[in-house]
Amino acid sequence: MSSIVRPAVSVNVRPAAEEESRPERTATIAADRLNFYYGAKRALHDITLGIQPHVVTAFIGPSGCGKSTFLRTLNRMNDIIPGTRVEGRVAIDGQNIYAPGVDVVDLRRRVGMVFQKSNPFPKSIFDNVAYGLRINDMVRTTSDLAARVEESLRQAALWDEVKDRLHESALALSGGQQQRLCIARALAVRPAILLMDEPASALDPIATQRIEELIYDLKRSYTIVIVTHNMQQAARVSDDTAFFWLGRLVEFDRTDRIFTAPAEKLTEDYVTGRFG
Amino acid sequence: MERVVRHFQEELEALQGRLLEMGGLAEERVRAAVEGLVTRNAATVDRVLYGDEPINRLHIEIDERSVKLLALHQPMAADLRAIVAAVKINTDLERVGDLAVNIAEAARRYVVHPPVKKLIDIPRMGGIAQAMLRDALDAFVRGDVALARQVLNADDQLDGLKTQIFRELLTYMLQDPSTVEPSLDLILVSRHLERIGDHATNVAEDVIFMVSAQDVRHGSST
Repeated sequence: MSSIVRPAVSVNVRPAAEEESRPERTATIAADRLNFYYGAKRALHDITLGIQPHVVTAFIGPSGCGKSTFLRTLNRMNDIIPGTRVEGRVAIDGQNIYAPGVDVVDLRRRVGMVFQKSNPFPKSIFDNVAYGLRINDMVRTTSDLAARVEESLRQAALWDEVKDRLHESALALSGGQQQRLCIARALAVRPAILLMDEPASALDPIATQRIEELIYDLKRSYTIVIVTHNMQQAARVSDDTAFFWLGRLVEFDRTDRIFTAPAEKLTEDYVTGRFG
Repeated sequence: MERVVRHFQEELEALQGRLLEMGGLAEERVRAAVEGLVTRNAATVDRVLYGDEPINRLHIEIDERSVKLLALHQPMAADLRAIVAAVKINTDLERVGDLAVNIAEAARRYVVHPPVKKLIDIPRMGGIAQAMLRDALDAFVRGDVALARQVLNADDQLDGLKTQIFRELLTYMLQDPSTVEPSLDLILVSRHLERIGDHATNVAEDVIFMVSAQDVRHGSST
């Protein structure tokens, strides 16, 4: 049990990924001794890890291990929960997002988020995607707006299914389509990073496969961080995997290493299902 | 979750049990083939020649069990390595069974000639090859990396003996051409025993991979 209390300091720097051409919207994320508290309860302990640009990083671990909490610290989504407190630092492209004076609205535009349960607005498909563009005043003309909506829906692999009914209610879409719509909505404001919190856990296997294919396509343009309970999904979609346990980062390495030869016994026990 | 893991664990243990059964059969057949050759006992040799069926059956069953475990349980980490190792060890043990048949075939031909010489090094090779197989399988059962490494080291002895046998028989063949045919069969037997050692080595390498995730093949240590 000694590995439980030992902070995973030595294993948190992932080996360099194979060099390949990295297109636009590059971003790196670096957490440094990050602690997070819900009131008096400490939910994250000294998390230090660096996330590479244009790779998919998966966070795995049992319920309550802190993986979703950590994900939400990356765009300060926890700020809206009363009584929470952060110590340490999260830098995106070298800039500490917890520094005084950081524009949180702008941060969340650069770091988009997709949630477990798809949450389209009760508006048309078009208006859902256009929403962020309009409130952020990001386009000048209606033709620009239409072009950006189309671009986002294409990126989310939804365009062909909805192009003839853009002005129908988003709530009429299937669960899988609604989730892709939410991804399109997140992509419309051109973030650099996409955070996904169990994006396929409520979907059937076919819809899940579409989301997974989408994640694979999107990593060319975005840095993606995904929280998942489904270890096979983490193994399939991610390049790097971080394993959390009781609010600590136990191991962070290439996904193939985590699932074939993890360094930590605790990781081994978790990925082979011998937990608890 | 725990019930599912127990189910998987039972299936994995059954798979490993079958592998051990197969290893025991292969080892026994190597022993019998060499004994049949040394004692010139045709009945013992024939038992090896015509008794390959149980190993072949296990060969297929182990592959089927492995594929089923991979498909239904999608194992990870140590469990994944255990099944990948089982599939590879299965192939090696089946080849050992085939090599025992090859030794029996050579023995069948050899016993129709007068003995070329008293056989000393061939039974020694047989003993070393069997010990390597046994140790590799023990290492597999116990997850014993140190024992598996000993198997890797033992391989050099077999290679040395094979070369020694060849040199010695060459002198007999040069002196008396009537010994060429039986000598060639003995050289073949030494070659088969050396190959059995190579398969035992493969098994030991798979055990090291299974236990420690280290790939030690071809001098690599990742």
